[in-house]
Amino acid sequence: MLKKISVKLIFVVSITSILIIGIYSYFNVKSQSEVLLSEVERHAHQLSETVKNSTRFDMLFNQRDRIQEIITTIGKDKEINAVRILNKEGMITYSSHQNDIGHMLDKNAESCYVCHAEDQPISKLEIKDRTRIYKPTDDSPRIMGVINPIQNEPSCYEAPCHAHSSESTILGVLDVTILLDDVDEQLRANTVREIIFAVVSITAIGLLIGFFVAHWINRPVKELVNATNQVALGNFNYSIDKLGNDELGILGDSFNKMTKKLEEMRQQIFQSDKMASLGQLAAGVAHEINNPLTGVLTYSSYLLKRTKDNPEMQEDLQVIVRETMRSREIVKGLLDFARQSAPKKNKINVNEVIERAFKVVTNQLKIKQITLNTELEKDLPNIVADANQIQQVMLNLLLNAIDAIDKKEGIITISTSEISLSPKGITHIKHAVCPKNHSLLDPEYKLEGNSTIKLKVNANGTEGFINLDPIYGRNKNYFGITVSNKSTVELSCPQCGISLINSGKRCPDCGGPVYRIPIPQKGFLEGCASFKDNWQEWDFVDREGNKKFIEIKITDNGCGIARENLNKIFDPFFSTKGQKGNGLGLSVIWGIMDNHNGTIGVTSEVNVGTTFTLRLPEY
Amino acid sequence: MKNKFDILAVDDEQVIIDSIIKIAKLDNLTIDTALDAQTALAKLNDNDYNVILSDVMMPGMDGFQFLQELAARKIQTPVIITTGYSAVENAVKALYEGAIAFIPKPFSIDELESTLRRGLRYNQVIQKANESEGDFFLVSCPSKYFRLGFSSWLAEEFDSTAKIGTTDIYMKLIESIKEIELLNVDDTLTQGAECAKFVSEDGLSHNIYSAISGRILEVNERLISNPKLLEKDPYFEGWIYRILPSDLEYEKKLLISCSSDRL
Repeated sequence: MLKKISVKLIFVVSITSILIIGIYSYFNVKSQSEVLLSEVERHAHQLSETVKNSTRFDMLFNQRDRIQEIITTIGKDKEINAVRILNKEGMITYSSHQNDIGHMLDKNAESCYVCHAEDQPISKLEIKDRTRIYKPTDDSPRIMGVINPIQNEPSCYEAPCHAHSSESTILGVLDVTILLDDVDEQLRANTVREIIFAVVSITAIGLLIGFFVAHWINRPVKELVNATNQVALGNFNYSIDKLGNDELGILGDSFNKMTKKLEEMRQQIFQSDKMASLGQLAAGVAHEINNPLTGVLTYSSYLLKRTKDNPEMQEDLQVIVRETMRSREIVKGLLDFARQSAPKKNKINVNEVIERAFKVVTNQLKIKQITLNTELEKDLPNIVADANQIQQVMLNLLLNAIDAIDKKEGIITISTSEISLSPKGITHIKHAVCPKNHSLLDPEYKLEGNSTIKLKVNANGTEGFINLDPIYGRNKNYFGITVSNKSTVELSCPQCGISLINSGKRCPDCGGPVYRIPIPQKGFLEGCASFKDNWQEWDFVDREGNKKFIEIKITDNGCGIARENLNKIFDPFFSTKGQKGNGLGLSVIWGIMDNHNGTIGVTSEVNVGTTFTLRLPEY
Repeated sequence: MKNKFDILAVDDEQVIIDSIIKIAKLDNLTIDTALDAQTALAKLNDNDYNVILSDVMMPGMDGFQFLQELAARKIQTPVIITTGYSAVENAVKALYEGAIAFIPKPFSIDELESTLRRGLRYNQVIQKANESEGDFFLVSCPSKYFRLGFSSWLAEEFDSTAKIGTTDIYMKLIESIKEIELLNVDDTLTQGAECAKFVSEDGLSHNIYSAISGRILEVNERLISNPKLLEKDPYFEGWIYRILPSDLEYEKKLLISCSSDRL
């Protein structure tokens, strides 16, 4: 039971509220009882003073019957237990209970004890000390008694009865006792009320906490556990619904990101597996085809040499030789594809590559009656790229465009131009080290396929890691720990711990500290180390100024791509062509563009058309 | 008395054997054939051959094992390796194992003729150098160089670039160079792939395979106006390309160190 977080939490909160409410209730009951008793005490004392004053006149004239009458009348009150007057010797001279008159009281009797506890009787007492609470028997109600000593004064000993001498200080004691059963009843009711309040409020707090814990913790945790189990079972497509904005919500989002990454990696592995087996297949096929091709090639070349006097045959044989040579090139291309080698980059003219791609699809364009417009910029500078791969890209995009057009008056437009872009937001930091030359690149955590820059961070004593976006100026950083705006951040190399803070510089935007990371042979990357803003500076590339790109745009007026599919089209195996396509085209294109440090983007509107924009850097 | 043939063709495909026979006949060369390496080894015991032309993928012993077996038996006959698996890795491996040349299948008549010509001349050149009294000698490649068979050499420079060129024996096998075809600056070289074409006086064209992969930084312009420089000083003045190697440390292991040639 106690293993569940929610139960633990409810338990702790309940114990705390029991303690707090219990202590509060206890002191509340206690103070209420004190207030009530002191009220009764005051009341009793007042009563005893009233009795004393109202009998004073009759005392002086020794009217004993009248005194007894007054006391009996007062003593009839329900709340009053007894009103008695005792003389100096301890004899009850008057009492509301007639039977008590004439009884002698011992000095140890509860009404005498207060003054006569000492050998020498006390003649003066504070009100508080004249009060006593006692129980005559165990089952009788509590009784409060107030004694009121009757002081000697000249009018007493000068009275005509001469009952008192002038020497005595105390003539007797007026004793009033009051039943406390009403007060006790009230106190009991109060206590019961307090207990009910305490129990109800503790239960309410428990239930409330229980409800919110279930809502805020139990449900998300259960969902997370469920999701982890799903991933453990191999379901990488499981996605957690938004769990809220708290830490568990963030955890849920990170979890979704993680499964997405895992799924991508699995797809990559799947794809490279597929490529590897494709490669083996291609190599096998190449071997099988190359042997018969050797036969065709040598026999036809042999015949060509033997039939020099037969021009008609020469012409036909030349076709065989030429076509066999072409087959040889195709097989070689297949092997190159299977090897998936690094691009063979040469200086190429993008316009020429595009024109070569056109020739391949001319026939298809004619069949579908599609008009092709070209706006190729003359004098386009050559770039270093793999002509075959770029042609593959153009061909794939052209075929996609042709597939997308299913109406008459289809138009495909291709344009090329030279553009110039600021290095910020596009320059990829491919290498970064600490001052001791340890590489800071983290291939474990990639951002859009690029290794990030991993830094050790210490924010207010908490240690963790930050992964910086490897695209200069883009700042899609990943924080392994929470860095609040007030944190003081210390950044260092994860391997040797050397500080990466440039103490001589402050961030021009927020005045905070600045990190400085050496980029081998390319100066230093600097940026705001408190991460309050996105200030970053890489002097080396900034000084080079804008970077030049060849931009290629391919626009069609076909069916377009639905908005919800736009960000998925570069994912491997995503396809809208059903059985017709295998979904590899655009992801392969993305890979080729990335390999060339280029980019590919897409804009599209359903039933209006699609534009792909490609940028290849000039070196 | 042993029979003497110009060529021993070893291939498990009859159509290849027949093709080679036809080409040999065009050039009036005598030829013997074997359908596997074991038969070829048996024939080598009985007969003399000037050059062996062998496939790689064959039942039983493959072309590489065949090369090792020839070396173990100290058979000096030069071997040309040909294969349908025309991957550059196979070319590099064949040249490392001691083949004097590599031709990818399918080959054209011209390609086979020029390679066979070099193979047939190989023993003659070695013999001539051994017998001559100082007026004909083979310059072996400098000790810090690495070589890809006899096709090309690699010399590391201090500035992390590298130079490549061809060997003296390769130039002597061609006999007399007439013109050369080179790649351009910024072109990419792949180890074991063609990087230059030499045309000899007899009209045959010969392919040079690159010793390492990388990007061409500089082409030796003097060679274009004066190809004979390759024959005069193939290891220094006659360098072909200065390149930026892409994976030097790995690829060096697949090359033969020239210092081992001097042992």
